Amino acid sequence: MAMQKYSVFSLIKNAFKGHKDWEVAWKDPTPKAEYDVIIIGGGGHGLATAYYLAKEHNITKVAIIEKGWIGGGNVGRNTTIIRSNYMHDENGLFSEFGMDLWRNMSLDLNFNVMFSPRGIINLAHSDAQMNAYSRRGNSMRLNGIDAVLLNREEVKKIIPMADFSENVRFPIFGGLMQPSAGTARHDAVAWGYARQADSMGVDIIQNCEVIGFDVANGKILGIRTSKGEIKAKKIGLCVAGSTNVLAEKLNMTLPIETHLLQACVSEPIKPLLDNVVTFGAGHFYCSQSDKGEMVMGGDLDGYNSYAQRGNLPTLQHVLTEGIAMFPFLSKLKMLRTWGGIMDMSMDGSPIIDKTHIEGLYLNCGWCYGGFKATPASGWTFAHTIAQDKPHKLNEGYSLNRFSSGHLIDEKGLGTKTWIS
Amino acid sequence: MLYIKCPHCGLRPQTEFSYGGDATVKRPELNKEVSDQDWDNFVYLRKSPRGKHLELWQHISGCRQWIKVERDTLTHEIFTTLKANENI
Repeated sequence: MAMQKYSVFSLIKNAFKGHKDWEVAWKDPTPKAEYDVIIIGGGGHGLATAYYLAKEHNITKVAIIEKGWIGGGNVGRNTTIIRSNYMHDENGLFSEFGMDLWRNMSLDLNFNVMFSPRGIINLAHSDAQMNAYSRRGNSMRLNGIDAVLLNREEVKKIIPMADFSENVRFPIFGGLMQPSAGTARHDAVAWGYARQADSMGVDIIQNCEVIGFDVANGKILGIRTSKGEIKAKKIGLCVAGSTNVLAEKLNMTLPIETHLLQACVSEPIKPLLDNVVTFGAGHFYCSQSDKGEMVMGGDLDGYNSYAQRGNLPTLQHVLTEGIAMFPFLSKLKMLRTWGGIMDMSMDGSPIIDKTHIEGLYLNCGWCYGGFKATPASGWTFAHTIAQDKPHKLNEGYSLNRFSSGHLIDEKGLGTKTWIS
Repeated sequence: MLYIKCPHCGLRPQTEFSYGGDATVKRPELNKEVSDQDWDNFVYLRKSPRGKHLELWQHISGCRQWIKVERDTLTHEIFTTLKANENI
């Protein structure tokens, strides 16, 4: 049966029926005995991978195995920022490919993901930082990504509510702007991919935990789950903060640590901030949601954690930076805070690659930037699984780049993943 | 707020400490033949378990000593703290 199309006409038609006849967005199937491909992890990346396997590679005998529920992990816990303002070629080209997918996503998925290209501004607080931004901006433009270097007066015109007084600890010297960056409704991204994947034959199996793997002679044969054994010759791991837990079941040790990242929203206020703005003298970023809440985030809690809930000292530290940038924030009440667990890689860049086990593919290491990568990650991971080799776009995101020395260290931080 | 019992100073809030990561990784010994894999294990590869984790902290705003802490990464419960040269 063809999937019901969402449109103004279907909305009117269903309004007359009291909205009682809407089809379910995706089904709740029991797992089959065997699939061509199993994707472990029903987050944004896993759902996107299944969607592009079906759409681009015509592989539809696919299962997504999710321990919790669709939209319950990091795809529903992030701060919804989408950007491609990277200096290194691997990151820039990969992310800019993703920007094109974002721009077409609502049409492609027949689901309004509310993509809002409102621009991101990274503030600079010293001459040295302006030089570094100038270099990064030039690198971006060489890769076809839009970048504009703003001076203090230009920044002031865009965000007059920031602290431009004379006697501040970190005066605003200017900033680097990517006008095409923005935000999207994160839940809609998960739901849109899930609905389309389901309509093309993908089984989305929720509340199903992976207990173990069947591996023989260096080949993957299947998984053992809380809903029984499922066979597949190709299995993709797409589980973000739970990567190390599953790697342990496979006797693999990875260049990944799991850390806790918090975010929060204030009470809703009238429209004030049009862009995404990041503080340059620490780690704090802010945008305003369509509901009017100020959406904020910053540093990791700073020690290995699987807790999915944060600790107050880090939140205080992050919001202190926020108030230094936007003093008006101190007058707002906090509406909600929450946490998610991040797969922090040792160079700050992701891994999308094959593994030493034939048929087992790895997608992890997204650090702070998993949400914006959702479509490009799914697209390239689907290609890697279907063709059994990485696409040119994710060749650099190899698992062996750490031992071979081909790191992609965008921030130049080294291996202390909790230092931001 | 975590409260960490520094073996030198007693129970103190986490804000007095800075984190130092997995305490079980060992630097390859000096003046010995070291394979690339050994360096890889030491520099990059981490188990990052869900559950008990032996880790280094430095009491940076106190006695400035490095200490070992055995902590649960899921519940954040701290089981034991040790001086840096002690082992469980």
